[in-house]
Amino acid sequence: MSIIDRIIILTRLPPPFIPNFTGASMKAKIIITPKKAVLDPQGKTVQNALAHMGYTGVTGVHIGKYIEIDLAPGTDKAAAEKAINDAAHKLLSNPVIEDYKLEIE
Amino acid sequence: MNFSVLQFPASNCDQDAVHAARLLGHSARLVWHKDTSLGDTDIVIVPGGFSYGDYLRCGAIARFSPVMQAVKQFADNGGLVLGLCNGFQVLTEAGLLPGALIRNRDLQFHCENIYLKTLTTDSPFTNKIPTGKNLRLPIAHGEGCYFADEPTLASLKANNQILWQYCDAAGNVTDKANPNGSLQNIAGICNERRNVAALMPHPERACELILGNDDGKWIFESVIAALKSKPALAVV
Repeated sequence: MSIIDRIIILTRLPPPFIPNFTGASMKAKIIITPKKAVLDPQGKTVQNALAHMGYTGVTGVHIGKYIEIDLAPGTDKAAAEKAINDAAHKLLSNPVIEDYKLEIE
Repeated sequence: MNFSVLQFPASNCDQDAVHAARLLGHSARLVWHKDTSLGDTDIVIVPGGFSYGDYLRCGAIARFSPVMQAVKQFADNGGLVLGLCNGFQVLTEAGLLPGALIRNRDLQFHCENIYLKTLTTDSPFTNKIPTGKNLRLPIAHGEGCYFADEPTLASLKANNQILWQYCDAAGNVTDKANPNGSLQNIAGICNERRNVAALMPHPERACELILGNDDGKWIFESVIAALKSKPALAVV
């Protein structure tokens, strides 16, 4: 079973024994950024473009990725956080060249 | 010798690898990414292309294909695995080789001939390359910049794992000769055990002069020579 299958299954989990009465849908938000040591030519190019456009005071630009994962209402937050951290490590980010921040709401 | 060439959705140099192997007189077959067994295999080729559209990161999704379990097992048993271009990206994502490949430093896709300096003939992938011969091979990639942190680079150097560096026609390893910004002009490496290797250039597209280059055959000849001197491996 692939990680993608696992994420899809996670989002289809039935609500826990104590249901979430608010019924609000949950979202995992992952921000992925290149590690400082890694060359970021895209960031540099955008920085140059900003300077050309006349913006001053910009000392650096770093370009990353934003991923949103929709979770079924009532999903257990702690379990989801654990699973998505695992997915973030294995698939969503490459720990050799990227850092990530995870937020579940 | 039996070459097993993996095939992911959007691999596009798989046929070239099969053709190169057959041209040199060996048998080759394509292995679909969903297959869980490699069959009778002497060497696995992870081919070039844009597997899964390069979505998320190059090779990031291909590494989870079912066939990669068999490839990992084959590599653990000492089998030879050679990654070409996208194959290099898949192998680093899969953790079978250290480091990572990122976007070319000038943000351009480079489609051109380059020269490779072979740093060591002590590997199944370089043992037949004539001393002083700088291989002229084509590259075609947008994300070929090799990156690894300082400790990893030091370890690669110490263990003689850097197989090829980009150089000029005269063999000088210079920044000008570096098409993508790879650290230390690294074009190809092998693992510590020396049975898994990969490079960004395309030797499989350089085995016939009619295609412009035939220096690629040195890498295939090296692999064949290494296989001939090894006992047969168990089928995975």
